[in-house]
Amino acid sequence: MVVATKPIRVLVGKVGLDGHDRGIKLVARALRDAGMEVIYTGLHQTPEQVVNTAIQEDVRAIGLSVLSGAHNHLFRRVLELLKAQGAGDIAVFGGGIIPDEDIPGLKAAGVRALFPPGTAMHEIVIFVKGLQR
Amino acid sequence: MSGSSLRKKGDAVGDGALAEQVKAGDVRAISRLITLIELEDPEATAALKQLDGTRGHAAVIGITGYPGAGKSTLINQLATAYRRQGKKVGIVAVDTTSPLTGGAILGDRIRMQDQSCDTGVFIRSMATRGQRGGLARATRQTLEVLEAAGYNVILVETVGVGQNEVEVAFVVQTVVVVVAPGLGDEVQAMKAGLLEVAHIVVVNKGDRENADATVRDLADWVPLVIRTIALKGEGIAELITAIEARPCIR
Repeated sequence: MVVATKPIRVLVGKVGLDGHDRGIKLVARALRDAGMEVIYTGLHQTPEQVVNTAIQEDVRAIGLSVLSGAHNHLFRRVLELLKAQGAGDIAVFGGGIIPDEDIPGLKAAGVRALFPPGTAMHEIVIFVKGLQR
Repeated sequence: MSGSSLRKKGDAVGDGALAEQVKAGDVRAISRLITLIELEDPEATAALKQLDGTRGHAAVIGITGYPGAGKSTLINQLATAYRRQGKKVGIVAVDTTSPLTGGAILGDRIRMQDQSCDTGVFIRSMATRGQRGGLARATRQTLEVLEAAGYNVILVETVGVGQNEVEVAFVVQTVVVVVAPGLGDEVQAMKAGLLEVAHIVVVNKGDRENADATVRDLADWVPLVIRTIALKGEGIAELITAIEARPCIR
């Protein structure tokens, strides 16, 4: 029985209206297999739902997949709500179809990392493991 | 993990602010304290000691049963109904930790989305972290935290259980075992384990073929059988009435 004494808790899910969850499910499973406790919220979350869940679950990080094109609004709204709730210490990262030119702006807004299509799973695992509380 | 560190005096603990915040219903404080309980941190022990005696009179209800029987969906409906009564609802949903990697997918919340923007509902997913019996080691103390924080109804969802995981019976007032129709042979096999601790057995997915037979078969063996269709909210009012009729002893 291998049970880590301090498993990393991480929320992953999809915000907004797109229903493409193949990628985020693979990420959820990769994080699980890396020994993390993955709170999987599924599709069609609002930023408010994500932030409420993250706080109740006391997660270290929130990983969001957005393929709808609404990433600029959705990521910023999540960061805004986290800050408003005094939970700005929870890291936000993401993936999906996010054009290169939008990435610097999102990072400046506080998104810690963005993983484009083609990212190797272990890159995401290493990133989450490296996050300090 | 060592017991001795748990027994340390509250010196590393600061001013006890965490317990006060929990009593005031501060959601961040509640969720932090649950994390500390899971880590068996001395600060948790100190905070729990402070909370002791401040507990209200919450109804604590265990929802257990087979994987996929509809436990989470049923809890979502119960939470909605209790919210209509003006009660604050706390939910602890336990899922299994991988014995191979230590990781877990905690997915019960997906069925409880109706509650995710309601400030009167607190949901915490919890991995078993190697504990057997259907709950996590931290579950019991988490119930104490939620009670101290003012939640009136606390719903505990076990992992999807087999016959032998009956730990929930020791931490709740009312045990609801959820089954689905069509497991006829297994109903017999269940008699000696799980069903023994049931106060109420819910036959969920009650619109499926064989539901009548399942209800009939169970009725001989358990105190009370209620048929529900959790997805449609059918049978929920009856279930709540049955839970309320139970004596509250804890």
